[in-house]
Amino acid sequence: MSTDDIVWEVINQSFCSHRIKTPSGQIFCRDPYNVTGLCTRQSCPLANSKYATVRSHNGRIYLYIKTPERAHTPAKLWEKIKLSKNYIKALKQIDEHLLHWNKFFRHKCKQRFTKLTQVAITERRLVMREEERHYVGVAPKIKRREANRERKALAAAKIEKAIEKELLDRLKSGAYGDKPLNVDEKVWKKILGKLDEENEMEEDEEEEDWEEESDDGEVEYVAADEENEYVDPEELEKWLADSDREYSSDEDESTSEDESSSSEEDEGEGNDNSSSKKRKKSTTKKNKRPKVEIEFEEERELQPAEEGLAH
Amino acid sequence: MAAEEIRVKNKMKRQALFASLKDEKNKERHSMRRKRAKEERENPELKAKRLKENVPKTIDSMRVFDETIGESIEEDEDDLMKSFNNIGDGKSPKIFLTTNVNARKCAYEFANVLIEILPNVTFVKRKFGYKLKEIAEMCTKRDFTDMIIINEDKKKVTGLTFMHLPEGPTFYFKLSSYVEVEKIVGHGKPTNHIPELILNNFQTRLGKTVGKLFQSILPQKPDFEGRQVITLHNQRDYIFFRRHRYIFKENERVGLQELGPQFTLKLKRLQRGLREETEWEHKPEMDKDKKKFYL
Repeated sequence: MSTDDIVWEVINQSFCSHRIKTPSGQIFCRDPYNVTGLCTRQSCPLANSKYATVRSHNGRIYLYIKTPERAHTPAKLWEKIKLSKNYIKALKQIDEHLLHWNKFFRHKCKQRFTKLTQVAITERRLVMREEERHYVGVAPKIKRREANRERKALAAAKIEKAIEKELLDRLKSGAYGDKPLNVDEKVWKKILGKLDEENEMEEDEEEEDWEEESDDGEVEYVAADEENEYVDPEELEKWLADSDREYSSDEDESTSEDESSSSEEDEGEGNDNSSSKKRKKSTTKKNKRPKVEIEFEEERELQPAEEGLAH
Repeated sequence: MAAEEIRVKNKMKRQALFASLKDEKNKERHSMRRKRAKEERENPELKAKRLKENVPKTIDSMRVFDETIGESIEEDEDDLMKSFNNIGDGKSPKIFLTTNVNARKCAYEFANVLIEILPNVTFVKRKFGYKLKEIAEMCTKRDFTDMIIINEDKKKVTGLTFMHLPEGPTFYFKLSSYVEVEKIVGHGKPTNHIPELILNNFQTRLGKTVGKLFQSILPQKPDFEGRQVITLHNQRDYIFFRRHRYIFKENERVGLQELGPQFTLKLKRLQRGLREETEWEHKPEMDKDKKKFYL
């Protein structure tokens, strides 16, 4: 027995190759014969000459018993007893073989036996089941490499800039339609203006090409202006006639209404009309815009006269 | 005298000498830059020229040539793309979302996030005992067009499997650097509008297939009124997912507000059918060449 104490002193004080210390401070034992897995004086298979444990071997569970009588023959040190497949019978077997042993070994062997039977059951079930999920180990080096590359790719991507660019491209190319809902009107007009300018530039370029061919560009430019002047009054008259018709019909419908409300409506309509004109003209040419405003004034002058007639 | 040539034995003096040399060098550089800036302010062409000549070499610009880049693929040609033809038909996707068996809380939380993003999605808690193929069969019977499986490992969402029903293909992506909405500083609240979709940088044939997958899975026919945009930006085979609200400002500027979440996907495996023949698989050896990209 004195050798046991010496062995334990060495294990406890200096070094044991089975001992493993976790970061949380617990000390475990990796010896396969250890009955509890803990590194204690009681459960150390090296420092106890009288020892009992349970191990599984080739799918069967055995009770291993070590006594000081066989200590001089290391090859036959452990007595290996096959335990029954029947759980209750096996427990009884353990009880019989460890009849006069201390309570610790009897209890721990039974505990270990229970655990091992459970493990065997789980193992069998896992083998029966086809596992769909495949586990692939990834080396820490590769994990680190991928994380680093991801970080660098993110920096190189400049995602927000790319998004902004893509959105602007979409806006400019007209992917949002003629009257986009997601743009502030001012901004959209600005961009429209730019588009118009671009169109005009293209037109100019075309004109220049013509000039190069015909060599009398200036004369053509003047003629175009004159044409516009001729066309304008006609359009104006047409438009006035249209608005007159609208006003009269409005008046017929809402005679009982207040003057102010009707005039408001008229103004609104007038605005609509003018704005639609504006849009048309903006597509044709920009320099007509001030003339439209002059028309707008005339329309207001007409209003009281019409109303007077109706009353 | 250059720094290497300093051979003074006294350390104090050596340091002082070195400092003065460095100072001189710095001053020289600063004055050069000031001069250059002044010249360029007067003559912006010079700056344009300098910027044109001084293009830095990046990994992206030195990319190994891939013959499928820029090649237009006809849909009949690529049988993997063929299965995603539902985009053209205007048939909206119907998505079945589930997790791996015995998933933890984080998988369900991620599922909640995905439900917000994806259209027409049904989440079903994964039950033990059904094989994936059986689930896929059931989904096909119920007219689901896609199946997404969230993979959770050690209390972290690590992967996403996309299965196109009924005939595949199957994509497996590694999911990393997931940032929850709450963790994003200054994040906005998403509205119910259908967001737009930006797919950036999907260049090769494989990349286009992946792009098509996202195109078919994410909502189509956006509500422009909502000004929301989902971006999948591919950079060096990493696909960055972002969601923003934007506003067009004056002077051609765009304001962006992040709505979250953020995560990164990396294609690991592309299989034909429902997890049958492996078409493409990422292997660690592929990472050896830094400039070779597959998407």
